[in-house]
Amino acid sequence: MTDTEPILRVEHLSMRFGGLVAVDDLSFTAKRADITALIGPNGAGKTTVFNCITGFYKPTAGLIRLEHPDGRAYLLERLLNFRVAKLARVARTFQNIRLFSGMTVLENLVVAQHNPLMAASGFTFAGLLGLKVYRDAEREAIERARYWLDRTALLRRADDAAGALAYGEQRRLEIARAMCTDPVLLCLDEPAAGLNARESGELNDLLQFIRREHATSILLIEHDMSVVMEISDHVVVLDYGIKIADGSPDAIRNDPKVIAAYLGVADDEVAMAEAEVGL
Amino acid sequence: MEYFVQQLIIGVTLGSIYGLIAIGYTMVYGIIGMINFAHGDVFMVGGFIALIAFLALLAIGVTSIPLALFLVLLFAMALTALYGWTIERIAYRPLRHSYRLAPLISAIGMSIILQNYVQIAQGARVKPLPPIITGGHRLMSSESFDVEISNIQIIVVLTTLALMLAFSWLVGRTRLGRDMRACEQDLKMASLLGVNIDRTISLTFVIGAALAAVAGIMYLLYYGVIDFYIGFVAGVKAFTAAVLGGIGSLPGAMLGGLLIGLIETFWSAYFSIEYKDVAAFSILIVVLIFLPTGILGRPEVEKV
Amino acid sequence: MSDVAPASRNAALALKDATLAGLVAFGLFVFLIGLRTEQSSSGALEITTRFQTLAMLVAAVFAGAFLRALIFARTPIPLGRMMPESLAGFAASAARFAAPALLIFALLVPVLFYSNRYLLDLGILVLTYVMLGWGLNIVVGLAGLLDLGYVAFYAVGAYSYALLATQFHLSFWICLPLAGILAAFWGILLGFPVLRLRGDYLAIVTLAFGEIIRLVLLNWQSVTGGPNGIPSIPRPSFFGLPFADAEGGFASTFGLEYSPTHRVVFLFYLILALALLTNWVTIRLRRLPIGRAWEAMREDEIACRSLGINTTTTKLTAFAIGAMFGGFAGSFFATRQGFISPESFSFNESALVLAIVVLGGMGSQLGVAIAALVMIGGFELFREFQLYRMLVFGFAMVLIMIWRPRGLIATREPSLTLGDPKP
Repeated sequence: MTDTEPILRVEHLSMRFGGLVAVDDLSFTAKRADITALIGPNGAGKTTVFNCITGFYKPTAGLIRLEHPDGRAYLLERLLNFRVAKLARVARTFQNIRLFSGMTVLENLVVAQHNPLMAASGFTFAGLLGLKVYRDAEREAIERARYWLDRTALLRRADDAAGALAYGEQRRLEIARAMCTDPVLLCLDEPAAGLNARESGELNDLLQFIRREHATSILLIEHDMSVVMEISDHVVVLDYGIKIADGSPDAIRNDPKVIAAYLGVADDEVAMAEAEVGL
Repeated sequence: MEYFVQQLIIGVTLGSIYGLIAIGYTMVYGIIGMINFAHGDVFMVGGFIALIAFLALLAIGVTSIPLALFLVLLFAMALTALYGWTIERIAYRPLRHSYRLAPLISAIGMSIILQNYVQIAQGARVKPLPPIITGGHRLMSSESFDVEISNIQIIVVLTTLALMLAFSWLVGRTRLGRDMRACEQDLKMASLLGVNIDRTISLTFVIGAALAAVAGIMYLLYYGVIDFYIGFVAGVKAFTAAVLGGIGSLPGAMLGGLLIGLIETFWSAYFSIEYKDVAAFSILIVVLIFLPTGILGRPEVEKV
Repeated sequence: MSDVAPASRNAALALKDATLAGLVAFGLFVFLIGLRTEQSSSGALEITTRFQTLAMLVAAVFAGAFLRALIFARTPIPLGRMMPESLAGFAASAARFAAPALLIFALLVPVLFYSNRYLLDLGILVLTYVMLGWGLNIVVGLAGLLDLGYVAFYAVGAYSYALLATQFHLSFWICLPLAGILAAFWGILLGFPVLRLRGDYLAIVTLAFGEIIRLVLLNWQSVTGGPNGIPSIPRPSFFGLPFADAEGGFASTFGLEYSPTHRVVFLFYLILALALLTNWVTIRLRRLPIGRAWEAMREDEIACRSLGINTTTTKLTAFAIGAMFGGFAGSFFATRQGFISPESFSFNESALVLAIVVLGGMGSQLGVAIAALVMIGGFELFREFQLYRMLVFGFAMVLIMIWRPRGLIATREPSLTLGDPKP
């Protein structure tokens, strides 16, 4: 099921804010069409890693290499800002949901297709004149939006304001919007946060659908272990900005260092804690 | 050389006035993240209250200058602080959770209200004040030029220095100062920890207004004239000073003030006096483009 | 039923509130209103007392606070909910008819008020501000960029037109687009370095730009004429036919008796056409990717960047297009007045246009038009109270922000709908 080719290579990534080291010499690889999970206690630096990958922070040191299926490679630490999304086709969602709340659900998804639409509108001029090339492109964009709305069960809410959606719907909308940019790598920041068991199950199905049907690689930050264990192919564990484990979900589940990190136990007391917990 | 030193003295005096106003801007921006557009006009109001208080005291027969100065300082600081408090309560507090343009528009409205209120109440003409503090000392002389430092200039700088020290003590050592610093760091957290943020914010405005009042008095004594429009230009320049020094930093506000005062003075003295305001405004643009955190400010990381 | 006890408690609390308010009012007004400084004949300042006015004001504040405390029992006044449901519904459906109704009315104004030169001029003034409002609406309302220096582009347009017309004797129809292009160019030049600044910073920087432009216009005597401005700007002609009482003039060519009103009517329709052009372009752009990107940027810029949108060029486009329309309006202003001076381009103008946009409702074309009509029309109607009208304007800005921060027309029409989706 998983390709052995890496899609994302993070090498010696470090992010420093003044005196604070948020990420320290992190290296890991995510494979193509894999679902890779980035886990760790709060404050471990996971969102910081995301921000470095998606161009919101410029890393203090290190290399982030993204390889497209067609062979083209991008050094993400050099691409800043919108270019990571536009050129390297990396999409993301946010921990604190960033939707365009005043705009409708449909509009949110069409805005996501801004770049191809802008090109088709001849940088607005063809659009102003109502030329066919633009109208066709717009129709296509709406169709693609409809497709994702259907997959995320939001079709009946298409004309509602995004801000009026229920929490779970908003999370799904964010993912749908990210998928409308036709990404090669999808980065999800705590997509299951606040979802109940049923919704988490639906999320799992959605992510596996995306991976299967669209061959999109997924990188996800999550606290919900049912999601992580259920669907990830590969798990990387961070604590205080340092990688403490890297492997398959089963290996991670039983790794004493990981358990200790979550329970807040000192290294030399791990064996004792394990015994107490019954491992 | 002598000319240069004279300009230096003038620049430092002017800079002290700007610095006092700048403190109000930087404190408010630091704590609630908004530019108090009406602050420059609060400075103007302070100057006017001082003017009227002076004249009133003279009219009722107070002849002792130190006593008059003391009473004027008292009245102006207290009443201008009241203006600061009222403005915050009426125009800003209700909008604290609104979208970011709302308090700005409200502040612009407040600025217009203050300017026109004073214009209606006191007339649009420039108001002169008979010189109250006179005299000075000659520092250096040459054949062509004497360097003089006037008493009023000394008073301005000393008063500013004293207030800065008092204020640093307030922020660093008192409970209120600690509350203010906490609110500046993280408003929500501070309130969860029991800090009365409404009161802290109010006091921030009050103190800023009081300092602006002192600046107003100094301006009045130094220039001898006042009009309802001085708030606008002084306000933008003082805000420039706050940004230049590093928004949110108190020593930065003072430093910025001094720099702006010096730049403005030297520009008028050596280049052109008509474009001195252009110089000050241009600095604002240059600083915000190239050095947005200012000289002493903390770099802000965007929270994604 | 113990109605008496709560009532008296309410009254006691209300009294306390009122006393506090009265004291504050006294403190605020005692010097600035209670005493008045006047320049005496000798040049020195004299003090006169106005204690009666002071007493009345304090009493008014006391009474107002007392009533408010009594009626609303110390809770903040729910101003936002003071409009009953039925009225809100009526307003919403009225809005649908308002736009075409206003348009028809505007088209008929010269016909209805042909003999009233004053009203025609007022109409032209209102339409000029409507156009400025629609132009700034692109920047502030759609893209969410706080521009406090819009008057700069108005000035660039006016002075460009004036200089091109007086120095190079080009016709209005050539100068107008040139002035617009120049203004747009300035928009890009000014915008490029500053558009990455956030919120309030952007506002104050644009304000600084506006002031710099005004100061340069004021002091650069050789080019701009300094405080005297540029006089004798050629008046517009009817596509080549001058509005003169002569052979070959507009009146004689169309077999009409000459009247100075002809030119005024022409100016009216000209500004109406320009304003409608602004409106049409805005509505079209809103439905295109660029317009949607503007609105998305206003909502959440970071999300936009994560979608691959180049927010810098998006902002620049908004700035430039807004500037262009401001420039067009400036050209019109120059040709209509016949002379221009820096006085007309102060910060107050920027504040006024910004107020029109914000109070009308960000992004709402109809709201901006109504706000312009009410504010400029209102201004003119209260011309005698010149001194007080700016004060009232300031109060209006503060009050509307507290009451309806999103402006009069706060709802947004989506630019795309799916219609009835499949179940």
